[in-house]
Amino acid sequence: MNRILRSSLYVFLVLSILFGVVACKPDALKSGAKTAEGTTYKVGFMAAITGGAAFLGVPERDAAVMIQKQLDAQGGVIVGPDGVKHPVEILIHDTESTGDVAVTVAKKLIDDEQVVAIVGTTSSPVNMALLPVMTEAEVPMVSMASSGDIVEPVAERYWIFKTAQSNKHTAPVQVQYAKAKGLTKIANFYVNNAYGEDGAEAIREAAEAAGLEIVLEETFEAADTDMTAQLTKLRASDAQALLVTAIPPAAAILTKQFHEMAIDMPIIHNHGIGMKPFIDLAGVDAAEGVIFPMGKLVAASALADDDPQKTILVNFVKDYEESSGSPSSTFAGHAWDAVQITLEALKRLPDGLTLEEQRARLRDEIEKTSGFAGTGGVFNMSAEDHVGLSPDHVIMARITNGEWEYFPPEKW
Amino acid sequence: MSIRSVSKSWTRSNLIGLLVFIAFIGTLPLWVRTPYALSNMVLIGIYSLVTIGLCLLMGYAGQISLGQAAFFGLGAYGSGILTVHFGWSPWIALLIAAVITAVIAYFIGIPMFRLRSHYLAMGTLAFGAIVTIVMNEWKVYTGGPTGLPGIPRFTLGAIPIKSDIAYYYLAWGTVIIGLIIALNLVRSRFGRALRAIHDSEPAAQSLGVDVDRYKLITLVISSIYASVAGSLYAHYIIFISPNAFDFSVSVRLVLMVAVGGLASIWGAPFGTAVVILLTMALREIVPLLTRYGSGEHQIIAYGLLLVVIMIFMPDGLTVALVRAWRRLLNSETLRRRLSAYRRRP
Amino acid sequence: MPDYGLSDYLQFVLSGLSTGSIYVLIALGLIAIYNVTGVVNLAQGEFVMLGAMFAVTLVGLHIPIGFAFIGSVLGVVLVGMLIQRLTIHPARHAPEVSLIIITIGTAIALRGLALLFWGTTPRSLPEFSPGPPLNVMGAILSRQRIWIMGTAGVVLLLLYLFFEFTLLGKAVRACSINRRASELLGINPELMSLLSYALGAGLGAIGGIVIAPLTLVDYNMGLVLGLKGFVAAIMGGLVNMPAAVIGGLALGVLESFTSGFLSSGIKDAVAFLTLFIILLARTTSIKTTLQEKRAQRQARPKGR
Repeated sequence: MNRILRSSLYVFLVLSILFGVVACKPDALKSGAKTAEGTTYKVGFMAAITGGAAFLGVPERDAAVMIQKQLDAQGGVIVGPDGVKHPVEILIHDTESTGDVAVTVAKKLIDDEQVVAIVGTTSSPVNMALLPVMTEAEVPMVSMASSGDIVEPVAERYWIFKTAQSNKHTAPVQVQYAKAKGLTKIANFYVNNAYGEDGAEAIREAAEAAGLEIVLEETFEAADTDMTAQLTKLRASDAQALLVTAIPPAAAILTKQFHEMAIDMPIIHNHGIGMKPFIDLAGVDAAEGVIFPMGKLVAASALADDDPQKTILVNFVKDYEESSGSPSSTFAGHAWDAVQITLEALKRLPDGLTLEEQRARLRDEIEKTSGFAGTGGVFNMSAEDHVGLSPDHVIMARITNGEWEYFPPEKW
Repeated sequence: MSIRSVSKSWTRSNLIGLLVFIAFIGTLPLWVRTPYALSNMVLIGIYSLVTIGLCLLMGYAGQISLGQAAFFGLGAYGSGILTVHFGWSPWIALLIAAVITAVIAYFIGIPMFRLRSHYLAMGTLAFGAIVTIVMNEWKVYTGGPTGLPGIPRFTLGAIPIKSDIAYYYLAWGTVIIGLIIALNLVRSRFGRALRAIHDSEPAAQSLGVDVDRYKLITLVISSIYASVAGSLYAHYIIFISPNAFDFSVSVRLVLMVAVGGLASIWGAPFGTAVVILLTMALREIVPLLTRYGSGEHQIIAYGLLLVVIMIFMPDGLTVALVRAWRRLLNSETLRRRLSAYRRRP
Repeated sequence: MPDYGLSDYLQFVLSGLSTGSIYVLIALGLIAIYNVTGVVNLAQGEFVMLGAMFAVTLVGLHIPIGFAFIGSVLGVVLVGMLIQRLTIHPARHAPEVSLIIITIGTAIALRGLALLFWGTTPRSLPEFSPGPPLNVMGAILSRQRIWIMGTAGVVLLLLYLFFEFTLLGKAVRACSINRRASELLGINPELMSLLSYALGAGLGAIGGIVIAPLTLVDYNMGLVLGLKGFVAAIMGGLVNMPAAVIGGLALGVLESFTSGFLSSGIKDAVAFLTLFIILLARTTSIKTTLQEKRAQRQARPKGR
């Protein structure tokens, strides 16, 4: 076969693979033309779809896609206070879990696409790299990352908000349980990345405040498959409870091996394991008795009917699983909250503003978010609080017989 | 290396090539205006600096490095720590970081070059892993996995250098200086010794070439390139974290050099540009094909395109382009001129 | 440092050996491919991942684990052969670096495809023989770990028998020793390359399926595993299987002890560094180095 023919065949093969992959996903359809009156609002959405943080970023992206689909189904517009309809486009981009990629993508969204706000991003280090860009461009950002440093000190984070439950809220609950059981010495295990570090720091602060002693701290990599060495250390120490900050698969592997080594103490995870697959991954036997704090997403169906979050949560779980084909998780919830808060604030913008004015007004409106029932809790933001959640939105859950069980303090 | 020998070694077409390149780079911001494109150009410049050094190491000295990102990171963290924790001036920090990196490169090079090819690859891997771990664990100074924020900008006197354009010229100015140095090195006696080593180490040694010393010097030089680039990176993004300098970044650097072509120093900035522009292009094209698709499709396309590029241009882009160029212009005089070019940039 | 007893030391050793067996399985696949084709397959980890993923999907369709195992291995073997034909064969005359880049590109594409089709949610396979873990003098060894070590052992034995006693195996070996000569003897080197890829892919898949119940399965698992397998294979120069076995087991045990006595964060560095020093020690001796340096200094003409 001569070279030109062979080369063309290869190019053809590559292109057909690309097209095949693209066509296989039924979403490869363009939405119909929209007729509307007001200016189009473009909202940038940046998540770690590939790279190390993809475990969190992909559910976030799926939540954003779900919202865009729901919007499209209703004509793709939101209505301003003066009745003007504004088309909304959510521009989804990948940060590749890398700081310099995120910075360039943010600039693209801000200057080329002229977005009115950016929702993003997934991991704290990458988010920190974006702060100077957002602040200098004076564009509001609603983040889904966990570190408190993103919105503190508030005076320097004028343009930055976030919706993720801080580990600052969940760590005290983990510690309180240990204290309520009369335990004084705890072990602090965490995954060796920004997420784990943030949680571990919060546990240290909470333990100090509660008067508990951390006798052992161990880390493990997110991709580790063997934690028996750290668990052996735990067995040989005088810790009375194990507190963990991690997400699956590492969290599940740790729990499984903890169970295998039959270490006799309570294991208290954090909200990172708030996804149903965790129980299958760790194995029903190993997961039995695991206790962890969560937003109410966990027990959506078990909530009281007059709970302001109940309808939102039940619908979210159903819609998300339908739209993405995967089980819902807290991280998808963070993204959903972030986009919805932005959209709600957008709805309050009058028509006829310039782009700079839109961005500034949007920032103000986001800061005024009050009583917004989201998946992570009821948000009440202010000039001093760019997160807007309070600790009472965190409840304790216990895994019993392969299911989540609402575990309020009375049962401890 | 006297001035006279240097200028004699520059053939006319090489000098023209360099001037054209400088003119191109210098005027690029006139028609590439958006901050997005400009910041990508800055990054291409910064990474090109690393790949030029890597090209010297891999293409000329023939040593595989799977840990070049470690030197890049040492420069970045060196600058970052000295400016954030000790308040030094960014310029001085850049110099000191480069010196520290060079010293580290010297000391790890001594045992390293005892090994050959695949074993050497592992040595560089090990080095890369160690540096990444130090970045993650030495939290007092590096901030650990959460990273080191608040790195100050370069300053001219009291004025901070902030704009993308300023960093563009700063980065590419450094690249051009780096290119000139590298091109000179390669044409000099040093470069010829390197090429002799690449072709056959025993032969070179039998001719009296101190193989180990040359490899070591090349390693140190490449580490300085990477360190300076790292400092530029730190003061540009003003935030660094360990995952910007890990194994996958080292792999990406090798990719950039290979795509450009190991045979020529020009391959380094070229390959870097191609790889980064490829990602940019995919970011534009893929959303047009899939309404709700994104990252996964881009990365699949990226992987496939890499494979295709290496299948059709296994010696890299520069060699393929030069060949195509020659085939296009098949006249005698042009062939004579071009064979002068081919006698090695 | 906590007070360790005998059972704890034993724990480190046993856990290390079972983790090391995983690395061994991956290294064997790498070596199988490198020996014949000269290609360092940096996509080997992805074969492991695909093997596990295929098995998970088949089991999810209620196919019994035995058939799922066979089906998954066959599937990955097919993928491996396709990759060899489409990406390696056309570039067979290219320099080594280019081939490595091709395998990297393949790895990236495979990871992306896995991300697309299976998402980020981790999956799991049920344990091969469910039941409580074994207690060896206080050290805990889960049953799946025994399966892993056993599989590695059986695979090694089968490979030995294959290469020593079967015609096909000897042909593959001949090809790896001297391609030209074996061609002259009527062995088709192109076919051997294809077969070596099939073998490497199959070994990767077997590894993936047997470790899946222990390590869980996700699109990204190939990255770190491939790297560790590479390190283990390097200990044998990418050609020597027994050395790779020792290298892989040593890597696992080193990691385990470092986590236990120092900290898990530095275990990779310590393990790599130790292996590097071992390599160094093997290939040089201080005495000859000093002799060489002295000779070089004397041979260099004055005034350089």
